[in-house]
Order: sequence, then C-alpha cells, then structure tokens
Amino acid sequence: MANIPQRVVHEYLRHDKKFPHVWCAGCSNGTVLGAIIRGIASLELDRNDIVMVSGIGCSSRMPVYVDFNTLHTLHGRAIAYATGIKLYKPNLKVIVITGDGDCTAIGGNHLIHAARRNIDLSVILINNNIYGMTGGQCSPTTPHEALATTMPYGNIEPDFDICQLAMGAGASHVARTTAFHTQEVQKMVVDSLTHPGFSLIEVMSICPVIFGRLNKKGGPAQMMKDLRDNSIPLTAVDKLPPEKVEGKIIRGTLRKEVQPEYCNVYADLVARVQNMGEDK
Amino acid sequence: MPNSKKTTKTTKAAAKETKAQQTDTALKELESKSKRKNVLMQGNEAVSYGALDAGCNFFAGYPITPSTEIAEILAAELPKRGGVFIQMEDEIASICAITGASLAGAKALTATSGPGFSLMQEGIGFAKITETPCVVVNVQRVGPSTGMPTSPAQGDIMQARWGSHGDAPAIVLYPDSVKECYELTIRAINLSEKYRTCVILLLDEVLGHMRESVRLPDMENVRVINRIKPTVPPHWYKHYDENQKYLSPLASYGEGYRFHVTGLTHDALGFPTNKATEGAEMMERLRKKISYNIRDLVQIESHQLEDAKIALFAAGISARSAKAAVAIARSEGVKVGLLRPLTIWPFPDEAVRKMLQHVETVIVPELNQGQLIHEIKRLTKDKSDSNVIGLQRVNGKMITPNDILRKIKEVM
Ligand SMILES: Cc1ncc(C[n+]2csc(CCOP(=O)(O)OP(=O)(O)O)c2C)c(N)n1
Ligand code: SF4
Repeated sequence: MANIPQRVVHEYLRHDKKFPHVWCAGCSNGTVLGAIIRGIASLELDRNDIVMVSGIGCSSRMPVYVDFNTLHTLHGRAIAYATGIKLYKPNLKVIVITGDGDCTAIGGNHLIHAARRNIDLSVILINNNIYGMTGGQCSPTTPHEALATTMPYGNIEPDFDICQLAMGAGASHVARTTAFHTQEVQKMVVDSLTHPGFSLIEVMSICPVIFGRLNKKGGPAQMMKDLRDNSIPLTAVDKLPPEKVEGKIIRGTLRKEVQPEYCNVYADLVARVQNMGEDK
Repeated sequence: MPNSKKTTKTTKAAAKETKAQQTDTALKELESKSKRKNVLMQGNEAVSYGALDAGCNFFAGYPITPSTEIAEILAAELPKRGGVFIQMEDEIASICAITGASLAGAKALTATSGPGFSLMQEGIGFAKITETPCVVVNVQRVGPSTGMPTSPAQGDIMQARWGSHGDAPAIVLYPDSVKECYELTIRAINLSEKYRTCVILLLDEVLGHMRESVRLPDMENVRVINRIKPTVPPHWYKHYDENQKYLSPLASYGEGYRFHVTGLTHDALGFPTNKATEGAEMMERLRKKISYNIRDLVQIESHQLEDAKIALFAAGISARSAKAAVAIARSEGVKVGLLRPLTIWPFPDEAVRKMLQHVETVIVPELNQGQLIHEIKRLTKDKSDSNVIGLQRVNGKMITPNDILRKIKEVM
C-alpha cells in the first residue's frame, strides 16, 4: 500500500481557514480523516473532482477541514444530497461521511435506497456507538445494556449490524474495519473509490469523552487497544473456534461485486429514449 | 346491469384516451419551440412545460395527488432532453436531492402537496441559508394531515412563508390560470437562479387539474435567467460575495472552486462561524437580498379598482371566483374591484396600502380559516380593521362568485 507522508496529508487540509478542529482530545475522528486522505492521495485523483458530503454529528464535521468540494448538510440527509450531486454530474467522485446515528437512525431510509439503487457513492460511516455531538444519547448501534444518557439503566434495545443492513439492501461493496487499523481504512477507501457502485465502509471508532466515560472504558489509548483486541480479520474467522469469534468486530471486505450502477443505468435509459425519437 | 357497467368502462377508457391525446398535442406544441398554437392543457401540465422551457434539467420527487402529473410528465420528458428524473424514497430526500443537484449546476425542481411540503421544510431552510437555487411546487389540498385528498384548499399560505424553522424571507408565487401556471413556473425558476434561493410555487388543486386553452409563447419570447457564474480565479472566489444587491455569482461543484457549503451560520466564504457580527451579517444578507429587490419580486394584478368602493383581495383560484363576482356586481352597478397578488411573499404591502386609501371595505375570500386577511389587517392605517372582512371556507369546496356576491351585498 502506498505510503503517504504526513506532509501530503497536510496539503489536503484547509489549514489556514478551519483549524483548530472541534473534536475532543483523544477522539478517533482525526485519525480516520488522516487515513481517508491517504487513501484519496494514493489514487492521485484531481481534488476538483471530489465532493465530500456529510450529515450532522461530530464525524460529519469532517468535510470543512479538507480542501475538496464540500457539503455539510442536514442530520441524516447526506446520502440524499449526494445522490443529487452524483446523478447530475456522474464524473464527480462523491464521498459521504456519516455517523451511526446520522446514517442508520434518522437517515436509514436514504441508506437502504441508495444501496438498492447501487448509485456510485462512497459512504464512510464512522460508528462510535453513540450520539457524540448531542452528548451521549443511544444510537441504533449502542450495544445492548451499554449506558447512554437516554438509556440510564442500560440500553434495552438490540443493536444494528450496519454491514448486514447495507448488504440486505443491495449494496455492492461493503467492508468494515476500525479506527485502530488505519492502513485498512486507507485501503478500503481506495477500494471504495475505485468500486463502480454503492459502497459502504463501516469504521468502528471511539468516543472516549462521552461513550468512554459513561461506560468506564478507560480512556482513548485503552479504547484504541480494545478495538485492536476485540476485532478479528474476516480471513481468520473460519480458522477460529466459535467462542473466539463471538462478539468480535469482523474486519474485512464482506462483499465486493460489480452490479449495474445507477448513473450508468440512467445514461443508458437516456440513450434509449433519445434513439426512440430518432427511429420515428 | 352488466351492460351499463360496460358502457361506463368504455366511456372511462375513452376519456383516458382523449386525455392522453390532449397531452400529446400539448407536447407537440412544446417541442415545436416556435409558431406554437392554442392547446388544451391542465395546470400541472403547464407547470411541467414551464419547467422544461425554463431549462429545468433535474427533477426529484415523491408521488402525491394532486401534484403527481408533474412528476409523471417530467419522468417521460426529461430523459428525452438529457435531463435527470428520479423518484426518491420520500419528500425529504427529494428536496435534498434537488439541492445537491443544484450545487452541481442543475436547474432543479420538485413538486408535492401539503403532507410532502411539510416534510420538506427543513430542506427548504437549508436551501435558503446556503443560497442554493431550487423550486418547490406545492399543489395544495385540504389539511391538516391527510385531510381531504384531494379537494382544494389554500391552507399553506403561511406555511410557505414561515414553515421552516428560523427566520428567513421567502419568495412565493401564486398563479390563477393554467397559462399563469406556465408563466409563473418559468418565473419561479428564473427568480431562484437570480436570487439564489428556494422559490415556492403555490397551486390550487383545482388549478392543477383544470384544463384551459393556452398558447405557449414561442421559445424566442421566453425569458430565461441563468445564475451568474464567477469569473474570478478560485482563490478569489467567495461563495457569498457582498456583490451588488447581494446577488453574488455562484460556482458549481466540479468547476475548480472547491467551496464549502454548510447549514451552519457561515461567513462570506461559507465557513461556519460563531461570531455575532458574522452571524448578523449573514442574516442581513438573506433579508436584504429580498427587501432591496421588492420591485423586481412583487407582481400584482389590479382589476377595476380605480373607482371601487369595495375591494376584493384574493389569490389563485379564489381570485378567479372574485373576478367573476366583480363582473356580476359591476353589471348591477356596484363598484367593486379586485387586487390579486401573483407574488404572495414578499407581500405586496405597497399595493395594498394604496388600495386601502381608496376603498371603504376589503373582502378577503380564501380557502382557509383566515391567513391572507391578517396581512391586510396588518396594513390598515387607522388600526381599525373592522372594514376588512373575511370570507373563508375549509370544507373542500370552492368559494363561488355567488358566495362573494352575497358577501358584497352584505357589506354594502
Ligand atoms: C433533524 C435533527 N434532529 C436532531 C438533531 C440533533 N443531533 C445532532 S447530531 C445528532 C446525533 C449524531 O450522532 P452520530 O450521527 O452518531 O454522530 P457522532 O456525533 O456520534 O459522530 C443529533 C441527534 C439535528 N441536528 N437535526
Ligand atoms: S464527543 Fe466523542 S465523537 Fe464527538 S468529538 Fe468528542 S470524543 Fe469525538
């Protein structure tokens, strides 16, 4: 994998305009952003052709810091805005940055329908298992029995498996890793941007200040170590006894298949309709 | 009586066929671009043709009666012209998709009715604060909620003005004929491009579905306004430049400008700010770009008001009844006139004030429990508003010329 030096990452930042950033010390959002930029940089894409769209949440603050075409939208709606951009200008590379609440609670409908259409968006979902921005309310991925400010007695609801959800809805590229595994994030971003269709990358991340404190997770370093220790690569799953797989984060590419992409399908429709006119 | 059943069926099928034929003829006129002839068309058709003639090349929407014909026509027509049509998963997605497309350079429109219009409100606010051109057509029906699908009502006049949270002005147009549906759709798209905002076109259910004979203007006579593009190099570009009258150039994604757009309060470059001065500046900019351009934005029709003692103030389909009432009253020697706003927001304060100086009584017929009437009362000079009289109806039925006539006689 391409080794992208820090200097190059800096070149992608709006360093004179938007820093310091809003994230708490120890938050993994910056780490993930670095890996995303490395992935983009290694592809040597023209940054004028990249649009980064986000919803609302801590993670969704990402676009303002990077020197692309950027759009910070409404809570849950990033994919819907991105659909409009991509469909009107299919030559643009459209990346969606979203959180677990943003994408699977309020924005769940847009997620499943974009996946179903297989429109060429790269959705990078940063899953910190909580509503960070609003101060620790439970999200659809807050683990069962974990504490959240709106689940003061422990979460009574079951949680979503976001990758399964996306695959069930028809996403043609689905992968998962963690904020600890930055090289994997970088590689998955490359895979996602070169995949011709809907792509969802779930990055399990940490919110040490809210989720961590509420659930006594022991600070940023410990939570990063937990991501390392509580996850296993997909390739290892078959080799391990079931009890060692149980409850673990499975990292890897869960699906990658080429299916008709929506903008192409639409372009074909336009060609067909326009030819119909000529045949007359 | 199987036979009679069959007859109804055939008649229905025949009616459907005629409808299709009519649409076909209308479409031919649209395609001919010049020497267009008179054709029978529906308000919703006229909206669709207006959108196409104004250069609309992106539609995202979700089906809802009585607006659906607009989506159906554009689903057939946009691909022929290389434009984009997409049926989204809901109205929230629809307003978001057209805003995204517009940021990429599209002339984008959506159409809906009350329930969908309510869902779009957050997105309408986003288009306003980010100064992104787009048009929302709301073919109104009786509410609240599902209400009476799909009988006429004019219940969304205030929602069109104040529906989205926060405080920002609105541009809302209101046609009263099929021909005007065409004209005001073009105007709505033009104004959205010029003023960089979400413009709303309010239609009445009756108008959306009513057929009238219309001669579309030849394309060379259609005035189309396109957003001003920046000519400066990217590093000079300000997404919200304090240009003349606050109408600043607009770059699109993918053109090298790499600007930032956010629904957070922002500075001239588009970056979020918490500074009170910059926040106030942004809000002033949104306000002034409307209030400095009232003359360009406000359109009214003044009908036989010169010598009138009684004025009717009505919009859309209620103004049609009002006009008929004026004719009947005049034939009986009663001096009645009509003031009709084609732009309801910003409200035509100046014209209403002028009218109030000359008439003794104003009657405001509207299909709601009183919305426009409060604007007239706000403008009564002497604070006694007892001469501003409402004529309101919310039962899904129209206000007829006779209803208005009766009211005129009551107040005489
Ligand atoms: C329509 C709407 N509802 C609620 C909110 C409040 N809100 C802001 S961010 C957020 C949750 C964000 O959580 P998530 O998407 O998981 O992102 P994180 O902050 O954890 O990165 C909520 C509920 C909002 N901004 N808009
Ligand atoms: S609240 Fe949590 S997710 Fe948000 S910036 Fe702080 S640590 Fe990160």
